[in-house]
Amino acid sequence: MLIKIARPSDCKASDITPEGIYLSRRTMLGASLAGAAVAALPGVALGAEPSRYADVEPGAAPGWFKDKLGATRWGAVTVENEAITPFKDATHYNNFYEFGTDKGDPAANAGSLKTEPWSLVVDGEVAKPGRYALEDFVKPYQLEERIYRLRCVEAWSMVIPWLGFSLAQVLKQVEPTSKARYLRFETLQDPKVMPGQRSSFALIDWPYVEGLRLDEAMNPLAILAVGMYGRELPNQNGAPLRLIVPWKYGFKSIKSIVRISLVAEQPQTTWERLAPTEYGFYANVNPTVDHPRWTQARERRLPSGLFSPNVRDTLMFNGYGDEVASLYSDLDLRKNY
Amino acid sequence: MRYPWLRLGIFVLGCLFPCWWLYQAATNQLGPDLGKIIMDRLGLGALIFLLITLSMTPLQRLTGWSGWIVIRRQLGLWSFAYIVLHMITYMVFILGLDWGQFGVELRKRPYIIVGALAFLGLLALALTSNRYSQRRLGARWKKLHKLVYVILGLGLLHFLWIVRSDLKAWAIYASIGALLLLLRVPLVARRVPRLIGRRGRAV
Repeated sequence: MLIKIARPSDCKASDITPEGIYLSRRTMLGASLAGAAVAALPGVALGAEPSRYADVEPGAAPGWFKDKLGATRWGAVTVENEAITPFKDATHYNNFYEFGTDKGDPAANAGSLKTEPWSLVVDGEVAKPGRYALEDFVKPYQLEERIYRLRCVEAWSMVIPWLGFSLAQVLKQVEPTSKARYLRFETLQDPKVMPGQRSSFALIDWPYVEGLRLDEAMNPLAILAVGMYGRELPNQNGAPLRLIVPWKYGFKSIKSIVRISLVAEQPQTTWERLAPTEYGFYANVNPTVDHPRWTQARERRLPSGLFSPNVRDTLMFNGYGDEVASLYSDLDLRKNY
Repeated sequence: MRYPWLRLGIFVLGCLFPCWWLYQAATNQLGPDLGKIIMDRLGLGALIFLLITLSMTPLQRLTGWSGWIVIRRQLGLWSFAYIVLHMITYMVFILGLDWGQFGVELRKRPYIIVGALAFLGLLALALTSNRYSQRRLGARWKKLHKLVYVILGLGLLHFLWIVRSDLKAWAIYASIGALLLLLRVPLVARRVPRLIGRRGRAV
């Protein structure tokens, strides 16, 4: 099943030339240095190859991922007039506290994470609970490329091309019961490979838990991602399976998911438990509600250079208001931050 | 001037770190959010210089060498210089030179208020660090410069309120700061040199 999302905040695939030029310029630069400019250009121009983004480190994709990649709907959702964050930046500037609190820690430490085999539990208020091998879980779904803005609660942002499938499709498969009102997600807990879970100074109660209201999860923008930049997810970006909810702060988009539970009560999330005055359950991107310690009115779009600081205004719902604002029409977003 | 090479060495050291970070930034070694990283490093650098400054008096008492006191002022001024750069990077890279927003932050954010107070304290000490001020203020100069203990407390509080989830680094700097303050408690301070003195005679 295809879900076609064409909203005012989108643009047609034919409108994305600025990115194309940007990317092919970079590829051409790199390639000409390597003396292979001519060979590299057609792949970029056609845009259907895994190497469609510049400087992407090849991974070791599992077989099921390679099988699915061929049928991917490229550019299913794109962004307007915005440059895609370079792969290196999106994979070396991460918050994944299980692997350490510095931005470079996840890239340095996540290599030890074993993502194959991976099993996922779906339980709670569903007609079809179960434990799935990841390849079986993803089998029914066609991959879509969704280019989304990512706004971190720390006031930086990126633009990332994800590969995934809509969460609504998954929910239809597992059939929530009438009692199901929320989703609760859980990240892997494995202190042996996750040094952050061994730190005795960490204030976080592991495992990491996130949640969504059922209607939020059914919104067509919400996806489960298995890849980015035309390849499988690097470990530091939440391999092998993560949530992407682009209208919420990045910490809602939980990584390396091992369990999805449908529940009746609003789950308590990790950051909410740690600092309830700073991080709410909803965590919608909202320039008018500040984090108590810093402003959310503006953000640093990365990369932000030494002589070209890239500070811009933050958009309500991260610019996805047309798609999601109706979810919150009867909610005081000041109280439910 | 006593110990000119030592003074010069510290001056070069103070210049070296920001220059090294600039070089790293220019060669893409600091990642995409380099302004934030340089700002954080400058803030931490200022705290480290402040802690080093505060360890000069205890070291002088322990070793009896007067060189420690000679370089103390310059070390304190480096702490001030790093804080000035820290604030400039905050204005440029975090606020995008939006002075109106800076006014809002100054009113609303406790960690910014505390940081600004610490800056004002350091500014007062830097302005009165010259010999002329020492002569003019006389006995009051010493009293004024006791402000450094308050500044250390404010700086550590500023740091604590930025921590999101892991207190390890903060705990290390805070305990070093606490130790340096403890060494100044008269009861402790009197015991420390005596211990060293005895060992000194035995050798």
